[in-house]
Amino acid sequence: MVPVEFRGFAWRHAGRRAQAVADVDLRIEAGERVLLLGPSGSGKSTLLAALAGLLTEDSGEQDGHVLIDGKPAAEQQGRVGILFQDPETQLVMARSGDDVAFGLENQAVPRDRIWPRVREALASVGFPYGPERPTHALSGGEQQRLALAGVLARRPELILLDEPTANLDPEGAQEVRQALRAALAATEATLLVVEHRVADILDLVDRVIALGPGGVLIADGPAGAVLARHGDHLAAQGVWVPGVPLPTRPARTAGDTALRSQSLALRHPGADRPALDDVSFELRQGELLAVTGPNGSGKSTLALLAGGLAKPTSGRATVPGETRPLHRLPARRLATRVGSVFQDPEHQFVTATVRDELAFGPRQAGWPTERIDARVDELLERLRLAPLANANPHTLSGGEARRLSVAGALAAAPGVLLLDEPTFGQDRRTWGELVDLTADIRDEGTALLAVTHDRDFAAALAGRELVLTAGRIAEERRP
Amino acid sequence: MPDSSALADPRRWRTVDILTCAVLAVAFGVVFWAWGFVWNGLDPVLAFYPPLKSILNGVWLIPAVLAPLIVRRAGAGLLTEALAATVSAFLGSFWGVAVILQGLLQGLGGELAFAATRYRRFGTLVALAGGALAAVALAWFDVRNYYPDSDLWAFKVPYFALAMASGALVAGLGSQALVKAMLPTGVLDRFPSGRERQRV
Amino acid sequence: MTLTLAPVCDARAPIARVNPVAKLAAAFAVSVTALVAADWLTPLLLLAALVAVLPFTGIRPAELARRLRWLWSAAAAVVLVNAVFAAEQTGRILIDYGPLEISTGALLGGIAIGLRVCVAATAGVLAFATTDPTDLADALTQQLRAPARFTIGALAALRLLPLLAAEWRQITSARRARGLEGGRNPVRRARLFASTMFALLVGAIRRAGRLAAAMDARGFDSGIPRTHAREQRMRPGDWVVLAGALLVCAAVVAVSVAYGVFEV
Ligand SMILES: Nc1ncnc2c1ncn2[C@@H]1O[C@H](COP(=O)(O)OP(=O)(O)OP(=O)(O)O)[C@@H](O)[C@H]1O
Ligand SMILES: Nc1ncnc2c1ncn2[C@@H]1O[C@H](COP(=O)(O)OP(=O)(O)OP(=O)(O)O)[C@@H](O)[C@H]1O
Ligand SMILES: [Mg+2]
Ligand SMILES: [Mg+2]
Repeated sequence: MVPVEFRGFAWRHAGRRAQAVADVDLRIEAGERVLLLGPSGSGKSTLLAALAGLLTEDSGEQDGHVLIDGKPAAEQQGRVGILFQDPETQLVMARSGDDVAFGLENQAVPRDRIWPRVREALASVGFPYGPERPTHALSGGEQQRLALAGVLARRPELILLDEPTANLDPEGAQEVRQALRAALAATEATLLVVEHRVADILDLVDRVIALGPGGVLIADGPAGAVLARHGDHLAAQGVWVPGVPLPTRPARTAGDTALRSQSLALRHPGADRPALDDVSFELRQGELLAVTGPNGSGKSTLALLAGGLAKPTSGRATVPGETRPLHRLPARRLATRVGSVFQDPEHQFVTATVRDELAFGPRQAGWPTERIDARVDELLERLRLAPLANANPHTLSGGEARRLSVAGALAAAPGVLLLDEPTFGQDRRTWGELVDLTADIRDEGTALLAVTHDRDFAAALAGRELVLTAGRIAEERRP
Repeated sequence: MPDSSALADPRRWRTVDILTCAVLAVAFGVVFWAWGFVWNGLDPVLAFYPPLKSILNGVWLIPAVLAPLIVRRAGAGLLTEALAATVSAFLGSFWGVAVILQGLLQGLGGELAFAATRYRRFGTLVALAGGALAAVALAWFDVRNYYPDSDLWAFKVPYFALAMASGALVAGLGSQALVKAMLPTGVLDRFPSGRERQRV
Repeated sequence: MTLTLAPVCDARAPIARVNPVAKLAAAFAVSVTALVAADWLTPLLLLAALVAVLPFTGIRPAELARRLRWLWSAAAAVVLVNAVFAAEQTGRILIDYGPLEISTGALLGGIAIGLRVCVAATAGVLAFATTDPTDLADALTQQLRAPARFTIGALAALRLLPLLAAEWRQITSARRARGLEGGRNPVRRARLFASTMFALLVGAIRRAGRLAAAMDARGFDSGIPRTHAREQRMRPGDWVVLAGALLVCAAVVAVSVAYGVFEV
């Protein structure tokens, strides 16, 4: 339960010319529950990192002050708990219980009091396994819960949450929010949470703060009042204001078969059940097929196999005009037939700048230079990556990296495109641009498959929806 | 909180320094473990002149030079080299604890070069010397324990010479080339070695 | 090939439950004794002692054989090099083929050295195959007072090992998706392999930075002396193992000396 204050705070990341946040003056009272909003790349994660004392002098340049309880944030690390955007990088130990205990050991909690607190924290987030469970054997949703338990066990007075439910299936996200609600009811801690999808989180907070592009403050006040008064303005800036209708782009009639999957199956060595089992479907030109299902149901596995990137245990994926199954095609040939976007954007980057990353596909396809430049400039502009053209892809914010990886595949789209979670972490405006770009190439005749937890995206674009559970197709729907 | 003078102080280790060395050690532990198979597999190929095998030795020494070039802290080479050896032992390297002893010695050898400049210089010359000195430690351990009965001129001398050449080239120049290639990727931004990058 | 750090033994076996520091110290004692002695008897006796310990380690025999499979060829190479490049060939000449000359004396000397390589290696393999890295880190900080920031930092990095293997697969398939593949051309293959390795290394350093931030955010660098959630102690049994190893080493050396063959 501590007050937080930013005084003329500004931060420039090392290696960047522009400031990530500029001139933030802000006070949050002890015990307040605050939602931090703003378009992707507006500096939300940077603000949280500042409060957690993680913006060290060697990683950039700071102006002004960040104060927790009147003292510099860097000296108050023990009172702050932060949940990062990406669950995988924040687990420290090999066993789940040890991971929660890690934060307590650092606080010098005596041994006999550590384990009761570990058990209590694990129970409070509904962690389904015991403390001996290896951390690398957890699904994304379970990792997120464990990380949350690690934060809560330390009994922080200031809790910082960065998109705590991105990448979770809707049910999992609901469960994590439930766990959060229960945990928050039991503490008086000050809370600062970043979340793009406002509607989901509104009942947890009593105040909303919105950042605009360039990291300047654009709105602040009680949740209801801010959304009522500035709703339209915020929506125009890219905030997901509840109740503002979303665009849809229904498809025209689908054309010929562009990709055929025949009983695809994959079993990891040593796994107790196949990750994917006997999945058959056809993908047609000019349609978008959505693939949905809970975490761990095999959606990414399906995308990998259908894209010819992993060898199936049985079955095959083919495209018309090729006699060999996709996983046996040489890479150059494959890339001209099928494009893939990975769930983790960082895995996809093969060049050192944003511009090269976008130009890579067209170059491989042998486009003339002027056409490449025109296409790259268009994409940079539409997805608001233009100021970052020369940045390294790995230094982008979560949402920026996602856009770049999707745009890189869209740039010279081959006839078939497989997208894994193309819209996570996007603000409303970039989401709209992604929907439009995807619809454009779909209407030009590209066949698309999109793995997604994003119901709005499926509703806006999909002609059909495959629902996977436990590696099998449970049903096929028309949204 | 480290201030900029602490960043230059080779004795103060930040968490990111420790983790970077440890992660390098893990990565090279895997490389060591795999290189062990190459090392053995090449036995028949090099059977006509076994001291020639010493040119493969440079790979064992990369962490001893690479880590100090990146984090620029006293003890980085020793820590990373010894830890990499330990990781390879955990992975099932068939050399057991001998590999850890050897890792410690090699790390110490490389460390000497950087310590001699009092951790002020990290240029080509120091990198070359680091690789060569680590190789001296390696060759001494090998010759002392594995080839003690061999002839001085027919085996020991060429073994030392080739190891040092390999250490200087592969570990010394190789590490320097790696650091240079890593600069534009931005991963070195938080280290003194990554300071001089252009802004975008 | 899978990368695993977990012990490959029955966790209830007596040796598996020994304090890791005591166990490693014992393995060091045996290995160093073997490496110091240059005669044939010392390593032979030590090898017998190791074989006697084997049933108490709980290591599956197949797993041990797999780990030691390459040791035999490595030891054979050591024997050969020492025999062929021996400083002096003594005794009866066994092989005389141009410049290649091997005598009984040189061969015996080589075998003694090969034997000590086997002992030094096996002792460590037994120790590491029965030790969990987490327990070792705990024991290092608690028994040897090793600086916690370093041991725990190293332990956290070890957790990345399985992730590195997965990352390798992901980088390769990402490159394939974008049309990059070595194909049959060996030069292109080698270049792609090198660039994948490089990507992996860069990714690993990037992860190190993020992990460091996550650890600092949970107070790792707070300067407060840490407590330990898991206690590691030197129990009487651990002292027995340690003392036993030292005794065996001393006894073996004494026997060799008594037989008049001991050499350094
Ligand atoms: N490590 C870094 N190095 C350089 N620039 C960075 C780094 N991290 C973030 N940035 C830049 O700082 C700006 C703000 O990033 P930040 O991650 O705070 O955005 P965000 O509001 O959290 O966005 P998102 O909603 O997409 O996660 C972005 O332009 C980003 O490219
Ligand atoms: N390398 C592996 N070894 C063993 N099992 C694995 C491996 N990779 C994935 N799995 C398992 O395969 C199943 C399917 O994983 P997949 O990544 O396809 O799920 P997903 O539907 O994409 O989930 P999410 O929505 O969380 O992204 C999961 O149960 C997962 O634990
Ligand atoms: Mg963010
Ligand atoms: Mg997935």
